Amino acid sequence: MADFTNGWLGILLGLVIAISIFGCGILLWSQSKMKVKVGADGKPLPVETTGHVWDGDLRENNNPLPGWWMKLFYGTIIFSVAYLLLYGGFGSYNGLLGWSQESEYKAELQAGNEQYGPLFQKYMAMDIQTVAKDAQAMEIGERLFLNTCAQCHGSDAQGVKGYPNLTDTDWLYGGDPQTIMTTLQEGRSGFMPPMADAVGSADDVLNLSHYVLSLSDTAHDAGKAQLGKAKFGACSSCHGEDGKGMQAMGAPNLADKIWLYGGNVESIIEGVNKGRKNLMPAYKGIIDDDKLHILAAYVWSLSNSPANSAQTTTKQ
Amino acid sequence: MSDSVENTYNYRVVRQFSIMAIVWGVIGMLVGVVIAAQLIWPELDFGLQWLSYGRLRPLHTNAVIFAFGGSALIGASYFVVQRTSNVRLFCDKLAAFTFWGYQAVIVLAVITLPLGITRGKEYAELEWPIALLLAVVWIAYAVVFFGTLAKRKVEHIYVANWFFGAFIVAVAMLHVVNAAVLPVTLTKSYSAYAGVQDAMVQWWYGHNAVGFFLTAGFLGMMYYFIPKQINRPIYSYRLSIVHFWAIVFTYMWAGPHHLLYTSLPDWAQSVGMVFSLILLAPSWGGMINGIMTLSGAWSTLRSDPILRFLIVSLSFYGMSTFEGPMMSIKTVNALSHYTDWNIAHVHSGALGWVGFITIGSLYYLLPRLFGRTEMYSKKLIEVHFWIATIGVVLYIASMWIAGVMQGLMWRAVNVDGTLTYTFIESVKATFPYYVIRLVGGTLYLAGMVVMAYNVAKTIASGKAEVAPIPALSPASAHAAAHA
Repeated sequence: MADFTNGWLGILLGLVIAISIFGCGILLWSQSKMKVKVGADGKPLPVETTGHVWDGDLRENNNPLPGWWMKLFYGTIIFSVAYLLLYGGFGSYNGLLGWSQESEYKAELQAGNEQYGPLFQKYMAMDIQTVAKDAQAMEIGERLFLNTCAQCHGSDAQGVKGYPNLTDTDWLYGGDPQTIMTTLQEGRSGFMPPMADAVGSADDVLNLSHYVLSLSDTAHDAGKAQLGKAKFGACSSCHGEDGKGMQAMGAPNLADKIWLYGGNVESIIEGVNKGRKNLMPAYKGIIDDDKLHILAAYVWSLSNSPANSAQTTTKQ
Repeated sequence: MSDSVENTYNYRVVRQFSIMAIVWGVIGMLVGVVIAAQLIWPELDFGLQWLSYGRLRPLHTNAVIFAFGGSALIGASYFVVQRTSNVRLFCDKLAAFTFWGYQAVIVLAVITLPLGITRGKEYAELEWPIALLLAVVWIAYAVVFFGTLAKRKVEHIYVANWFFGAFIVAVAMLHVVNAAVLPVTLTKSYSAYAGVQDAMVQWWYGHNAVGFFLTAGFLGMMYYFIPKQINRPIYSYRLSIVHFWAIVFTYMWAGPHHLLYTSLPDWAQSVGMVFSLILLAPSWGGMINGIMTLSGAWSTLRSDPILRFLIVSLSFYGMSTFEGPMMSIKTVNALSHYTDWNIAHVHSGALGWVGFITIGSLYYLLPRLFGRTEMYSKKLIEVHFWIATIGVVLYIASMWIAGVMQGLMWRAVNVDGTLTYTFIESVKATFPYYVIRLVGGTLYLAGMVVMAYNVAKTIASGKAEVAPIPALSPASAHAAAHA
């Protein structure tokens, strides 16, 4: 309310709205009375025109307003007055029912929570790995994923350039259930500063990029990589001496063959020169924790199916 | 010489606007067909930003509403106000300026919108220098129109002119208020309003553009061309008074129904909703007055395809002005908002009402402007009527189904409370309806092309008519004596 009106303005508005609605009714009423002319035989005479003529032959009959049409008009006016009295709308008058869209939303939310709450509480009481083994929970998790996460990570969760693949065992911040939950709740803000100045000349950056590729034995020029090795000091404080990354700060592992922005010289040079910035939004407060709990289990399950769970466990 | 000119009607400017209405109609509808096709084959933007959906869509809406509809309205209003006032149009030079100025605005729109130069407000995209030019042209239009009324030889102002007058005054006001901006460069500006107030001003403008441009203006056309084509008196003078004042007054309040369940305060939403409902009867007043004028002469519908365009337009008008108030009810809106139901609603008004009344009026008008009694081919008008009608029905039926389906899919929940469908599933489900819509739109465009051919043939075998102003008939002269 305060957005548009305060104090007397609300009352004035209420009056203007009331007068406007009644004005429509008075306009209609004022034109609804009409004497039907009756002939000598007592039967109504044919309707006459107003007598005005335009453009040679344009005339107007003066038929009375159709009765059903007047009833429709009065009906909408009566409905409107009743609606505004019940639901509010005469300026600052809030209505007999105390209705608001916020109260309607809250009521629906509460009804939903009462209906579905017990189901989610049941899973909330289990740990994430256990939830991941529950078929019903994983169905819920998949739907939550498709409506919330698929926009960026894809409906197959395999990601695209700049958006991580969630089905492999490579994790920027860690793939244990609790870390995934933290990622969902708090979001992640990935940042690599532009490093060209720290590395040196354009040739240095080129050589370094070949060295970075050599860490994972991706196609590279061995000679250039050898020359670039000395420049890796600029990178090692985040990515580690061995280039295997550091999950505590989200620095990617450069020694596997998994690339967020592409595993080729051009893409790495671009990363070094311009830096990289990435953002996963925080969902705390947007999605309730009990849903995030199931979502975390679903995301964890994507890379921890029975087939590869042994492998991941050792890696952790 | 000047005396003899003063004794004729100014048909030149009417001819110019009428022909451009058809040209812009074909172009605007072609762009509509292209973007409908892009929703099926996205690669039809050919990877060019200037042909992308987001840039062509405002070009389509501007071209059909303001270029096609606007040219037809201005042309028709110039014709009607002269003939019902028994005087030549006020100030030929200013009238010529309104034609060239208005066409300049449209050409600038055709250039700037694909370039991505836009204010980003729906139906008010044109950047400030063009908006300014439009304001000047519009004021000139008002001077010509009301100047003509002021020097009229007939005492009473004909009902069509009330509607044209309301359309001109309201559009001027809406445009000036909603175009209030802070210019930054020649091609960029920021709105004078912020947040939800900006949204409210925009939809006050937006809905009244529907109310005054697309309804009141075309009702002006209806009130002249329908009784002329039927050659019978308007059904009820009294009804025209009530529905005119109720429409112009009530429409002004209805804008908030575009912002139901948003951050707009509840009271404003509720007021918008109830006034939209009150609008139902006044809107239908126009339909009743038009259709009942035909009462007793229904058989002419069978033989006269022009009259069929005019009368069928009123049935679409009745349908969309029933649908509009229904969609303004909050619970209905909760389902319909943001779905293709809106697209169906808009096009039943745009193709069915605005398009058909304009087409019918132009078929009446054009031969008379070129010294002929009839169009080149009546058979082609028949063809036009049927392909256009099938086109409209396919278009709106497919979008109705698609819209209701989308609304239901978006709100469907599973037993565990999660959403049943993802958004992309609703897009996939809509695909076949987009194909049907494209077929409907293409048919409608094809009808317009048939019309353009028929018009070109009519013009080729006619010559520019110089119409003398007739002596007043006894009844009118009687009225004039009072003046």
